[in-house]
Amino acid sequence: MTTILGVPLQALLGQLLVGLINGSFYALLSLGLAVIFGLLRVINFAHGAQYMLGAFAALLLLKGLGLNYWFALVLAPVLVGLFGAVIERLFLSRLYKLDPLYGLLFTFGLALTIEGVFRWLYGSSGQPYSVPELLRGTVNLGFMFLPIYRGWVVIASLVACLVVWFVIERTKLGAYLRAATENPVLVQAFGINVPLLLTLTYALGAALAAFAGVLAAPIYQVSPLMGTNLIIVVFAVVVVGGMGSILGAVFTGYMLGIAEGLTKVFFPEASNIVIFVIMAIVLLLRPAGLFGKEA
Amino acid sequence: MRSYYLSTALAGAAMAFVTLPAAAQGISDNIVKIGILNDQSGVYADFGGKNSYEAARMAVEDFGGTVLDVPVQVVTADHQNKADIASNIARQWYDTQQVDTVMELTTSSVGLAVQALSKDAKKITINTGAATTELTGEQCSPYGFHWVYDTHMLAVGTGGALVEAGGESWYFLTADYAFGYSLEENTANFVKEKGGTVLGAVRHPLATNDFSSFLLQAQSSGAQVIGLANAGADTQNAIKQAAEFGITQGGQKLAALLFTLAEVHGLGLDAAQGLNLTETFYWDRTDETRAFAKRFQERTGAMPNMVHAGTYSAVTSYLKAVEAAGTDDSDAVAAKLRELPVHDVFAPNGRVQANGRMVTDAYLMRVKSPSESTAPYDYYEIVATIPGDQAFLPAEQSGCPLVE
Repeated sequence: MTTILGVPLQALLGQLLVGLINGSFYALLSLGLAVIFGLLRVINFAHGAQYMLGAFAALLLLKGLGLNYWFALVLAPVLVGLFGAVIERLFLSRLYKLDPLYGLLFTFGLALTIEGVFRWLYGSSGQPYSVPELLRGTVNLGFMFLPIYRGWVVIASLVACLVVWFVIERTKLGAYLRAATENPVLVQAFGINVPLLLTLTYALGAALAAFAGVLAAPIYQVSPLMGTNLIIVVFAVVVVGGMGSILGAVFTGYMLGIAEGLTKVFFPEASNIVIFVIMAIVLLLRPAGLFGKEA
Repeated sequence: MRSYYLSTALAGAAMAFVTLPAAAQGISDNIVKIGILNDQSGVYADFGGKNSYEAARMAVEDFGGTVLDVPVQVVTADHQNKADIASNIARQWYDTQQVDTVMELTTSSVGLAVQALSKDAKKITINTGAATTELTGEQCSPYGFHWVYDTHMLAVGTGGALVEAGGESWYFLTADYAFGYSLEENTANFVKEKGGTVLGAVRHPLATNDFSSFLLQAQSSGAQVIGLANAGADTQNAIKQAAEFGITQGGQKLAALLFTLAEVHGLGLDAAQGLNLTETFYWDRTDETRAFAKRFQERTGAMPNMVHAGTYSAVTSYLKAVEAAGTDDSDAVAAKLRELPVHDVFAPNGRVQANGRMVTDAYLMRVKSPSESTAPYDYYEIVATIPGDQAFLPAEQSGCPLVE
């Protein structure tokens, strides 16, 4: 059997694939964060909570209304997006003129509140959500059994990332968005409703987090804590990619997922810090991140 | 003459004051305060959490709310699974809040830290949530007690059942801290004693979301049994994902070494069915346990697992010991705790060993399939009863310096 550093090649291939799957979640979540930061200059600490809300929305839609996974995949992001829009209108929009620290503190408090309420309602061990009928089972890839659902996660997140990138970089709406953040006064003078654009942006970011949450629901236990564990890692991803860089966030998400996967083979105890070590090194060498523009 | 009367009156009054505290016989601060210190926001919040606090309050109410004519109060705090935070809270409780004893203490690293500092402070701890045998082993304390379960009992119970069923080669998925090591070591030793082999182990950080990497390593080891030496949400995610990667369908068995009713409830019978696990309490065992569980459920909305029932037992035993000792002085109460047998809904015939280990019967369970389960929380079939003497290490073998 071929081995690399004492690890069988087959095992290594399996780990790379697993890394890619986890990277899909990192990419999807850091994409939403990057969009919100890039366009609104808000460091959205509530992103993990919105991811958790997405998973819970899927669970409650199933239990309350009997709506299955595929409905949830569409409805949960819409619901959480609406929730995001309300939050932005009522609170965040008042903070744009202040130091970015206020936005960070507000969203952090919001995350704690939402998670606290859900922990109170549902406890910390959470609830199960089963894999949709269509995506059950595994495929034998020769080197590992790939659960079909995990393959679906990679595809769905890649498509979502591409769509978002396309909307922001290649459409008229995206052009308005980017212009509105560059020079809101001028864009407003052209008769474009800038506050509405900003609300839409925040709602889009929240919806992306919720989409990732629905994708995650069948894999992880749907629990109030699921976002807390993830959000710090995702922040590291965004920092490594370069704050506000959309492609950077996506690429770094996949890359760090793979790096983490490999660490789990060679030095499992370090697997929860490897991303932060990479972050520290990147910040030392390129303070603006891998894809960030030097200020 | 008048001054004579006055002075005798004063002397009488003084006497009265001197004798008054003696009536309340050495209860410090005229209150008995019990602290429930555990994880209320993290991965073990359902394992013990706020329901342990409820169990403690139930015990105090059932005891009558007072002991030796002074009120009993229960206080609680969240230690976030961090030994330093737990130590700070315990120290504050002892120094400024007149807390007499701290209980629950889920998480082995926390349990060991708080027991060590309580030993110096001469305060009694009764651990009902942590697993490591170290608590009553080399790091035992004259004031430290361990109720409910430990890693030895889990190894004998769940480990034993799987070895018996032909699971000879093992691979461990171990939580990377004191508890995980202790559980892995105890189980590995037990497996080897029975003639089995241990092929390897992988250590994962506490509160890991994704186990697929670790599971793939376990899968490629070819071991017959994958021992999950972790707890709470970690074990839930590992079980769920093992099914996803076809590990259980491939013939490898999972040993959820520490898994309780609370986690089975969260995971659902679909994913949990067929698992073997060991607890020292099951609500649907006798009329007495059913009645207790029903009252507990009315207060909390959930059925008790062994940690909740065990905390009830620990609080009750502490109050009985205070009553028997006639004081809340730690030395006297610790002596009574070791001396008195434990008879309650949790431990019908329990006893406390010289090293502080409470010995009670353990039950090996099999989780029912969804079709076998006929009512909410009807999750277990009791496969075997493991007598306390076999489930727990005798004091002489524990390595505790107090036993000589």
